[in-house]
Amino acid sequence: MSSEPLVKLADVNFTYDRRPVLKGINMEIPRGKVIAIMGLSGCGKTTTLRLIGGQLKATSGAVTVNGQVVSELDNDGLYALRRRMGMLFQFGALFTDMTVYDNVAFQMREHTDLPEELIHDLVMMKLHAVGLRGAQKLMPSELSGGMARRVALARAIALDPMLMLYDEPFAGLDPISLSIVGKLIRTLNDALGISSVVVTHDIQESLKIVDYVYFVSEGKIVAEGTADEIRHSDEPYVHQFVWGEADGPVSFHYPAKPFGEQIYTEAPRAR
Amino acid sequence: MPDNGLTRALQGLGRRVTDRIWRLGFAARFLLATVMYSGTALRRFNLTIREIYFTGVLSLIIILVSGLFVGMVLGLQGYDTLQRYGSSEALGILVALSLVRELGPVVAALLFASRAGSAITAEIGLMKATEQLSAMEMMAVDPIARVVAPRFWAGVISMPLLAMLFSAMGIFGGYLVGVQLIGVDEGSFWSQMQASVDFREDILNGVIKSFVFGAIISWIAVFEGYDCEPTAEGVSGATTRTVVTSSLAILAADFILTALMFRGA
Ligand SMILES: Nc1ncnc2c1ncn2[C@@H]1O[C@H](COP(=O)(O)OP(=O)(O)OP(=O)(O)O)[C@@H](O)[C@H]1O
Ligand SMILES: [Mg+2]
Repeated sequence: MSSEPLVKLADVNFTYDRRPVLKGINMEIPRGKVIAIMGLSGCGKTTTLRLIGGQLKATSGAVTVNGQVVSELDNDGLYALRRRMGMLFQFGALFTDMTVYDNVAFQMREHTDLPEELIHDLVMMKLHAVGLRGAQKLMPSELSGGMARRVALARAIALDPMLMLYDEPFAGLDPISLSIVGKLIRTLNDALGISSVVVTHDIQESLKIVDYVYFVSEGKIVAEGTADEIRHSDEPYVHQFVWGEADGPVSFHYPAKPFGEQIYTEAPRAR
Repeated sequence: MPDNGLTRALQGLGRRVTDRIWRLGFAARFLLATVMYSGTALRRFNLTIREIYFTGVLSLIIILVSGLFVGMVLGLQGYDTLQRYGSSEALGILVALSLVRELGPVVAALLFASRAGSAITAEIGLMKATEQLSAMEMMAVDPIARVVAPRFWAGVISMPLLAMLFSAMGIFGGYLVGVQLIGVDEGSFWSQMQASVDFREDILNGVIKSFVFGAIISWIAVFEGYDCEPTAEGVSGATTRTVVTSSLAILAADFILTALMFRGA
């Protein structure tokens, strides 16, 4: 295996309509590692994942995955690349018209000619890995949020990808499911030899499992480092994020006029 | 350019018109893509059959019941008019021709648009809103080939069959009212119908109509679903638009087709 990173973002800019979302992102995802992208809501984390998955094209700069520049691939090339990626969507995105079993079997049936008996065994292995072998006959509507997330995880690793993208895997989970999912991400990464990107704002949980962290704020990387470096960092931005402080360089408020001014000038006129 | 109310109104109008045309072009490209990526839907025909069940078979009840009632009303109204001219035995012709040429294809299509078209839009729209289409793309499966095309073809295939069943039920309804209830002569009801309904002129043209309507409804339904804003309001708005747009399109297309088919006949 080459030592060149699996994913590389070089000076990537991305603009939605005319609003810049990412401004000059440089990022590397080494093979076999779990990295986290952290930042406040709306800072462009999901956008970064979609750029890696080729669902969006960078306005400028290059996203390279496994030696291929994603935006230069044609449809077939992109689909071939995506077969080797798994993505966990924020809300699972399970197919609601299929059972848990069929959801996990979906890619195997679409992309391989494996006989149904073999698919059965593979599906059971994947469901076992997320601890939901017993739920195979349920429909997605019968699952709790955490269970749905785990089924989606089993579905994402169905074809043994080389790269896993997790969009907010921890959002809305109870503390126990949260640490189960966290451990799963790490275990799967190491057992299957995957590389993983975890997008999250759950800093405490992700510091336990990741190797390297990027902090994104307003479309730029403002800090990066290994989990230990981040924990002991005294950079004000990181410190504020790790300890969840309200005061610091990160403003909790979306840019606005001073509060008093807005209250007095924008009050709706009495009818 | 002076920035007054008139220019602004004109600009707004212009923007709306260009938006519409742009969207129409987008819909046309979408249809092209759907047809081009139909390989999966036709090769793995069980995908399409499943959708035929959801769109076609589940529309059966409403189509059959409506057909029966429309035919019964035709029987009553037709008899009332025909007997003024002393030709009530022509009731069979009147019922059959109105159903096969017009009411069968058109009313069945209107019902199909509101029963199945809206369901297709809502289903695809919800799949989009819940990121299922996105997830499919990330699994290297093209949602147009896997989700859109089977639904499109299912609609195109179901519509003519439903229209035929509608007409058959309608003729039966006309027979019930005309022959069994009012007492028109049974022999002339059927024999006159057989003698004057032409296979090519009447039946085949009716089938062609319903085929076109099926394509229009399915196209609008899958496009609105795929193109909708991925929110709850977006999906509900798209569902309404499917019913409204396809109903208008059916009626307009019916006029055009009728003008082309029955010219001078
Ligand atoms: N389809 C879109 N069209 C226009 N702007 C968008 C679109 N999707 C996202 N944005 C904007 O891009 C910015 C980044 O969005 P993104 O979804 O990447 O945020 P995020 O970091 O994932 O946030 P969260 O943590 O809330 O999921 C946001 O400011 C958002 O308003
Ligand atoms: Mg996000």
